[in-house]
Amino acid sequence: MITMNKVSKHYGSFQVLADCTTHVNKGEVVVVCGPSGSGKSTLIKCVNGLEPFQSGEITVNGVSVGDPQTNLSKLRAHVGMVFQNFELFPHMSIAQNLTIAQIKVLGRDKAEAEVKGMQLLDRVGLRAQALKYPGQLSGGQQQRVAIARALAMDPICMLFDEPTSALDPEMINEVLDVMTELAQEGMTMMCVTHEMGFAKRVAHRVVFMDHGRIVEDDHKDAFFANPSSERAQQFLAKILQH
Amino acid sequence: MYEFDWSSIPGSLPLLAKGMGVSLEITFTAIVVGIVWGTLLAMMRLSSVKPLAWFAAGYVNVFRAIPLVMVLLWFFLIVPNLLESLFGIPRGSDMRLGSAIAGFALFESAYYSEIIRAGIQSVPKGQMAAAKALGMSYGQAMRLVVLPQAFRNMVPLLLTQAIILFQDTSLVYVSALADFFGTAAKIGDRDGRLVEMLLFAGAVYFVLCFAVSQLVRYYQKKLKTA
Amino acid sequence: MGYSWNWGVFLQPSATGDDTYLGWMLYGFKMTIGLSLSAWLIALLLGALVGVLRTVPSKTLSGLAMAHVELFRNIPLLVQLFLWYFVLPELLPKDLGDAFKQSHPVVQQFISSMVCLGLFTSARVAEQVRSGINSLPPGQKNAALAIGFTLPQTYRFVLLPMAFRLVVPPLTSEFLNIFKNSAVCSTIGLLELAAQGRQLVDYTAQPYESFITVTLAYVLINVVVMFGMRWVEARVRIPGYIGGGH
Repeated sequence: MITMNKVSKHYGSFQVLADCTTHVNKGEVVVVCGPSGSGKSTLIKCVNGLEPFQSGEITVNGVSVGDPQTNLSKLRAHVGMVFQNFELFPHMSIAQNLTIAQIKVLGRDKAEAEVKGMQLLDRVGLRAQALKYPGQLSGGQQQRVAIARALAMDPICMLFDEPTSALDPEMINEVLDVMTELAQEGMTMMCVTHEMGFAKRVAHRVVFMDHGRIVEDDHKDAFFANPSSERAQQFLAKILQH
Repeated sequence: MYEFDWSSIPGSLPLLAKGMGVSLEITFTAIVVGIVWGTLLAMMRLSSVKPLAWFAAGYVNVFRAIPLVMVLLWFFLIVPNLLESLFGIPRGSDMRLGSAIAGFALFESAYYSEIIRAGIQSVPKGQMAAAKALGMSYGQAMRLVVLPQAFRNMVPLLLTQAIILFQDTSLVYVSALADFFGTAAKIGDRDGRLVEMLLFAGAVYFVLCFAVSQLVRYYQKKLKTA
Repeated sequence: MGYSWNWGVFLQPSATGDDTYLGWMLYGFKMTIGLSLSAWLIALLLGALVGVLRTVPSKTLSGLAMAHVELFRNIPLLVQLFLWYFVLPELLPKDLGDAFKQSHPVVQQFISSMVCLGLFTSARVAEQVRSGINSLPPGQKNAALAIGFTLPQTYRFVLLPMAFRLVVPPLTSEFLNIFKNSAVCSTIGLLELAAQGRQLVDYTAQPYESFITVTLAYVLINVVVMFGMRWVEARVRIPGYIGGGH
């Protein structure tokens, strides 16, 4: 579904990504982790072309992301993305947040979009909030709406960029529960996250990054039982102490 | 098509330079008065003595509500007569120009006062508390701790305001003062070359203001990285 | 101080005989309002366009927008006004210039003033719009693109609606400025409020009544605009959304 081949990116002389090669198969859940500044957020933003990269190739469902001929808007419409800071549109009600792209991008009619939006709101347990504005919801609720917003576009895969790191601890689980459910239904997912419990439970593979490189790319059991690099061992030791 | 004739410019450069001298003089007078009087107004406005705060707020709001042209006309046409009749100054002693400059400075002070007030409020409240905890008086704390920090934050805004003020000086045209613009317009009228003179004046203002605004931008960048 | 107040002066027939001095004042008041509002329309539309262009990725477009802003910001309003009124008609193609010069003087003054004030203010509006857009969280643009919006859709549905709410307060002060700046147009003979005030000083012996009235009229405009814009601010406020960090 997603393939990356020797993707490199630099700002001036600073190397952000170096020769990153990995893939996500259909129905697979891949967790990307690593210390802050390791390039994991940049990597996932390259997948839907939000960050340009200088060399290498990324394809999503066979379409090349770096090709200037590719219609990126069209591609992005079918690749769902969830952000660290939710990024709901604050001037629209929850219902409008869920329908605007369905109407303007996919060309669905309003009634159809609303039905779809309400179904998804129901699914994340927030039907009652439909007429509120994002600023009136808690962080966890906002992030669940953001997931529903992405799902409303019938995505072929989902990208999660640290979806729980801006949340208060007591709200993390409500978001992880929605993500776990999605994974169990067979959604193809690429998740940048520090939630190792989630990775252990749900992921098929774990990609570990450091200094812009993919240091490990392994089955999750192998990764957690016996990480081959010293950096990954240190990282796990630190993060699992909590 | 219009045929340009720039020949009257070289000969009038000395007069134009003199006019620019007047413009700059007004600018600097107004900046100095504006900063000193503006700081006092800002401190009054933030003071806990209610009448002082009311006075400053009234002053600033009134001056900011009326056009500079009106202020200049007041100080050019009305205030001199008022002063003459109040203090029995003999008629004919021409105070109109001095009065126009005073009006200009009083007007600009209102704008400076708002910038300075915002600057003072941008200094964290803890700084005043810490200074007082060290035994400083209100005045000492203001002078030694709060104002120096406030002014450093304000420099770009004060300079930007100075550019606006310099542009505003052209409006003393309504009080017949021979500043740069007034001189240029007069020479253009005299020689029948108003088109060239106005274009020249516009170009001079543009070059000066643009240069200073680039300096401000450079300074702002340095301030940010420092 | 020996001045004899006479507020009745406004009801006296004017020097030209066909109106009262109050009528003169009202004419000036209407001129100030009409000029300012029509110039504001130009400033708002053009300023919004230029401000948006300053934030787009295309270097050519943002460069052009920046040139517009710098040009109209760095020349005094009075000089710009004289350039529009005295210089431009000379530089236009002959027919066009002549047509302008043969139109009614009031039309000439009004058009020059409106275009001048509109463009002058558009540069300031553009700066506010640009900083409004730039102060939005960068993630908003990413989120809009990620959901499949094109760049123009991203501006239309996400960035602009938010940016315009953020710029209402700074635009209020630009809106107030345009009324005050319209007084500059008295210098080319346009009979707006300030010019009428000055005329009254020349025609009657009651300068105080005239200037006090004109000054109060400006204060009144100021207060009305401020309340009006506060109403607009309240109308566009988003439930639960706290400020834009300003």
